Amino acid sequence: MIVGNRKDFKEILEKLGSRRRVLVLGCNECVTVCGVGGEREVGVLSAELRLYWKKEGETFEVREHTLERQCDYEYIDQIRGFADEYDVILSMACGAGVQYVAEAYKTKLVLPAVNTTFLGVTIEQGVWSERCQGCGNCILDMTGGICPIARCSKSLLNGPCGGSSGGKCEIDNETDCAWQLIVDRLKESGQMERYEEILPVKDWRTGREGGPRKRVREDLRL
Amino acid sequence: MRLSYPSNVKVVKLPCTGRVDVLLILRAFESGVDGVYVAGCMEGECHFLRGNLRARRRVEYVKGLLEEVGLGGGRVEMFNMSASQGQLFAQFAREMTERIRSLGPSPVNKNVKREA
Repeated sequence: MIVGNRKDFKEILEKLGSRRRVLVLGCNECVTVCGVGGEREVGVLSAELRLYWKKEGETFEVREHTLERQCDYEYIDQIRGFADEYDVILSMACGAGVQYVAEAYKTKLVLPAVNTTFLGVTIEQGVWSERCQGCGNCILDMTGGICPIARCSKSLLNGPCGGSSGGKCEIDNETDCAWQLIVDRLKESGQMERYEEILPVKDWRTGREGGPRKRVREDLRL
Repeated sequence: MRLSYPSNVKVVKLPCTGRVDVLLILRAFESGVDGVYVAGCMEGECHFLRGNLRARRRVEYVKGLLEEVGLGGGRVEMFNMSASQGQLFAQFAREMTERIRSLGPSPVNKNVKREA
């Protein structure tokens, strides 16, 4: 899923400026699962805004609304009936959702309330960890199902660097060395011969370095 | 025991403090209360194992939110006591009342016009 962090309340207030009619827009997908932008978080941010503005004695209107997704036009269209009543749409979706809402409501100011951070997994309730960088050319078959692009701090392709110590990365002692994990996994699964294969220099053009990406499946188009 | 505690304390009964949600506390502040405290069982003695420990973490989280909005984290607190410690319940009610009284009314209420 896409994981993010809520922006500081102070930063959100600064971005809102003098606008007081706010539509706080949540998303029921990834940001709900990672506890940053679903219905509950929309409720918390809205309550914060109401408490703050009440304290300041201001007149305001905060509406809470959560869409099934903010990355599909059909759902974004559901707020068309009332979006115009607000000065600003405060989107709690990932960066994709914020942009798609802004695209759909060109005359509206759409602000992000979330910093989108990574593609990851739930380690346990309340803990998430990065697993994928969307490089566009998956090599997990070669690395025992552990991604050195996303999980090695240097994205090394052929074994660990000198900073690997006791199975941990030199950036901090809580971060596992991805290559230690890979070697352990290859050993466990009897695939150590894969470690002998040298991975060639990666062609990063399939990733972000190749520019914005687009996918088309003609058979699915209407 | 017929113990008395300040009459300004309004008790909201819950089956376990594990039911206490961040939004529940925020709604209370939105409705105009000056402070909220959660009275849970002793740590390690939760019938549902971790309800009171979860409540404490949520209370800590709300403290941060209240600091952010300028109400002050001191307006919310977690207390632990067993069902047989009525004395302690009354004592915490007095302590919290005194603390809130020293903090003054919630700044959220200062602009609310009260009916005569």
